[in-house]
This record gives sequence, structure tokens and C-alpha cells, in this order.
Amino acid sequence: MNPWRNIWTITKRELGAYFTSPLAYVFIVIFLLLCGFFTFFVGGFFERQEASLVRPFFDWHPWFYLFLVPAVGMRLWAEERRVGTLELLLTMPITAWQAIVGKFLASWLFLALALVLTFPVVLTVNYLGHPDNGVILTAYVGSWLMAGAYLAISCVTSALTRSQVVSFIISLVVCLFLILAGFPPVINVLEQFARPWLVDMVTSFSVMTHFEGFQKGVLDSRDILFFLSVIGFSLFTTSVILRTHRAG
Amino acid sequence: MIKVQNLAKAFGTKRAVDDVSFSVDRGEVLGFLGPNGAGKSTTMRMITGFLSPSGGSVTVGGFDLAEHPIQARRLIGYLPENAPAYTDMTVHGFLNFAAEIRGLRGDARKKAVNRVVEMCFLESVLHQSVETLSKGYRHRTCFAQSIIHDPDVLVLDEPTDGLDPNQKHEVRQLIRRMGEKKAIIFSTHILEEVDAACSRAIIIDRGKIVANGTPQELRQKSEWAGAVTLRVKGVASSAVTTKLYQVPLVKRVTVVDEKDGHVTVRAFPKAGANGALAQAIGEAAHEWHIEQLQAEEGRLDEVFRSITMPDTVKEAAK
Repeated sequence: MNPWRNIWTITKRELGAYFTSPLAYVFIVIFLLLCGFFTFFVGGFFERQEASLVRPFFDWHPWFYLFLVPAVGMRLWAEERRVGTLELLLTMPITAWQAIVGKFLASWLFLALALVLTFPVVLTVNYLGHPDNGVILTAYVGSWLMAGAYLAISCVTSALTRSQVVSFIISLVVCLFLILAGFPPVINVLEQFARPWLVDMVTSFSVMTHFEGFQKGVLDSRDILFFLSVIGFSLFTTSVILRTHRAG
Repeated sequence: MIKVQNLAKAFGTKRAVDDVSFSVDRGEVLGFLGPNGAGKSTTMRMITGFLSPSGGSVTVGGFDLAEHPIQARRLIGYLPENAPAYTDMTVHGFLNFAAEIRGLRGDARKKAVNRVVEMCFLESVLHQSVETLSKGYRHRTCFAQSIIHDPDVLVLDEPTDGLDPNQKHEVRQLIRRMGEKKAIIFSTHILEEVDAACSRAIIIDRGKIVANGTPQELRQKSEWAGAVTLRVKGVASSAVTTKLYQVPLVKRVTVVDEKDGHVTVRAFPKAGANGALAQAIGEAAHEWHIEQLQAEEGRLDEVFRSITMPDTVKEAAK
């Protein structure tokens, strides 16, 4: 049978699960509130007097995602293992890969929806001035890819444990590392004693470094590749973890 | 339909399943018996492909589970232990999902869902969330999921666990009916279910098969098989036992009860008595006032206990 049909069946079920629980609504409301508050108050959108969303809006995304994406991803596998439905899912006539991709896609689409719902910010800036909408679009794409990378990491930690809380905390720590590796204050400290090639290597692992390009409106294949490879590697790790569960 | 060969599973140093081989054909209902932790669920999880075996192989409908897992799983319907179901879905949504992932679309899916809803009496909770269901309904929902694609092979892990007596009866009937056309394995530790639904039973203990046969054959292994219970009036128990020990087929006589001049004794046959004991005893006792003379059938629970009791308990019992 067509593998995408199976994947889509799983994706539909997962998306449905988000919207039958309060999680989806709580998540979207908090995300939008945070975006609004940080953009207009903390980010100083009006004081800047410029028609751009880069600094006041997108700069915060890596930090929002740090808390919010692990909250979306933590239930993916941990809940299945706790309730025992994992046994149902993995004995259905589908491959583990189809289940992994299907679940990941559902959460990723859900994050896309949350991101799309920030459109009033875009309307506001267009009403007030003449921003470069191309830049805004690439920044959105970058933001979504970054969310996908965080999400894939949450998939791994969720597959590791039955406890959603443990999954949340571990993925938060891992994602924090991915941010801090490219966070200017941390780089400054690192530059004091490390050789430049080492600093470059550390920063090249950071989501900040790779998100930067998108924020400037540049679609660099290396940045896209970075996020996609984090996603690919994490989903592969998830499949390895699931396989070790089955091996007992 | 199902062929299990030298199946083994080790968790660390513990061998949960150890060199288990058996096969189930179409039209057979195999009861899987054993004490808790004997390896029943582990074996079933390997047959359905949830766990990968550490040794041996499973073939379902000609497909090796290691080489063609998807084709093999397509033939299987599986009710896991504790009947898990997605708690955030409605019964209807859950069954639709199960049908869809089994490749049923459109009209075929609707028909399949309607069929199992009817079979498992789920109409009244169809649009209720699984989370709010009682245990019996949740169990039936998961059971409905396992038969939604009308599979050739059914693997049911404790299908009657947590059901009330009426529901238990219903499920047993269902299993027996479906067993005419399918190959079914179900595990249980309720022995009466073996009689009610199985054409064959396997007893498994500490990972190994210790008995395999029809319920009738298993019962023959019982000490009770062919034993005779006799109740007489107005005779001393010592006189009765002495007399019965003179019957050549008797191996052992125990006094069950003695009160108000009524004596009940039970005589166990020697090997090879083949049911002739009752007549022999009837003849030996013809001069007494016989109130009851009854040949016992073998008792499964006794067979089960004597086979699966840990060695330490057996020795203590001696």
C-alpha cells in the first residue's frame, strides 16, 4: 500500500488528538500572547520606527520554542508507551518509519498553524509602513524549520521515557544547548580561551547561527540543510530507540 | 496459519520464553494457559511482531514475521493485554482509525465499523470518548478494533479480563463462533474458559511448554480422572476403606467426610483403569446402602496446579 496513505492516517489521528485536548488551544493562545507581548512591549516595535519584523518579532522565536515545542512534542511517544497504545500502533500493518513520520508531521503542521496565526503582526507592519515581505516570508520559513528541529529532538526524548515531564525537561536542556552554542554572550566567553576553529565549530551547531540567515531574507542551502539534517538525524534516532524497545 | 518454531526471548539474563514451538491451524482455537509471568504475553507479543524474538521464528499465513512483517501483520488481529485504546478519541473515531490503517476506505470502512459495532454491542457508547468508558466497554472497543478487518488470525491476550459474567459468556461465544473459520490464540488463567471455547490448550510455565493437548487430554493427566466418589449410610469409614482397598483397580482411598452415619470416600484408580473403577466399586459395595456413586472427570485446575506449581511448593507439599 502507498506509504503516504498510512502516514496521512497517522497524521490525521495525531492532529485530531491535539484538538480534542485543551493542549492545542492553550498552546496557541500562549504562543500568540507571548508573540504580541514581546513584539510590541519588550521588543520595542513602535520605538524602532522601522517597518521590519526581524528584531522585534523573530528574534524571540528561538526562546519561545525552547519552552513551547517540547510541550507539544513530549506526549508523542511517552503517552503511547504509558497507555499501551504503542503496542497497537506497532502491530498494525505499517512500518515504524511511517508512524514516526506521521506523528512528527502532525506536530509540525500544528506548529505551522500556530505560526500562521501570528498574521496580525504582519498586517500591522504592512499597515504602518512598507516592509520587505520577502524577508518576512523567509524568516517565517526559517522559524518553522527551526521549530521542526526542536520538535524532532522532543520526539527523541519522548521515545526515551514513559514520563512526559522527563521528556519535556530533557528536550528543553538539549534545545537550550542548541541555542546557547550560538548565543552572543556565550560566544564571547568562548572566544577568550578557545581557538577560532573551535568557536566556529560550536557556533555551527547552533540554531541561532542558522536562523540568522533566514532573518536577513537569505535562503541559504546550508542553513536549510542544517535544520533538515537535525530533523532527519533525530527521527532516525527515534526509530533506533523504538527498535531497542522492541528488542526488549 | 500460525507456526511458532523454537521461539525464545531473553530479557537480560532472564529467559522469559524458552524454546517454544507450536502451530495453530484454521478452525482451531488455542487456549494459552499459565501462571502470571509464565511468558504468555511475551509469546503473543512476538507472534504479533511487537517484540522481536531473541531466537526462533514465527510464520503467519506463510509469511515469516522477521522477513515480511507487514504482510504477516495484515493477517493478524490483536487484542493486547489491558486492552489499550486512544483515550482522546471517541469509540467511533478510534474504530474508523483502526479500519483506515488496515487499508479499509470509503464504503468498506463504514461497513466494517458497523459490523464490529454490532458484534461488540457498542452502539450506546459510539460517540463517547474512550476515556469515559467503563472497563468492559473499553475492552470491547479494543476487541472490536482487533476484528475490524476480519482477520484470518486472532491473537487475544486475556480477552475476558475485567468483564462481568454475562460479557465473559458473550466473548467466549464469539471466540468459539469465529474459531470455526479463523486461527485463534487466546490467553487466560480462567480454566473454565478452556472448556468453553478451546479446541486445544497449551500450558506454559517459566517460559516453557509443559502440556499441549485437547482439554480432554489434559484432563486425563489429572489424578482425578476416573476417580470415584462413594457415599454410603450406616457403615464405619474404616470398614469402607478396608473393603475398597481390596478392589484391584484402587490405588488410594481417602475419606472425604464422615458424619451422622453417612460416609463419603473417594477412590483413585491405578494407571490403566480406564473408567472401569466405578463398576468395580459398585460391585464391592453392593451390600451397603449406597447413597451416591459418582465417577469423577479429570479436573483441569488440578492438572494446572500440579504442572505449574514451583518445585519448592511441590516439595513442601510432600
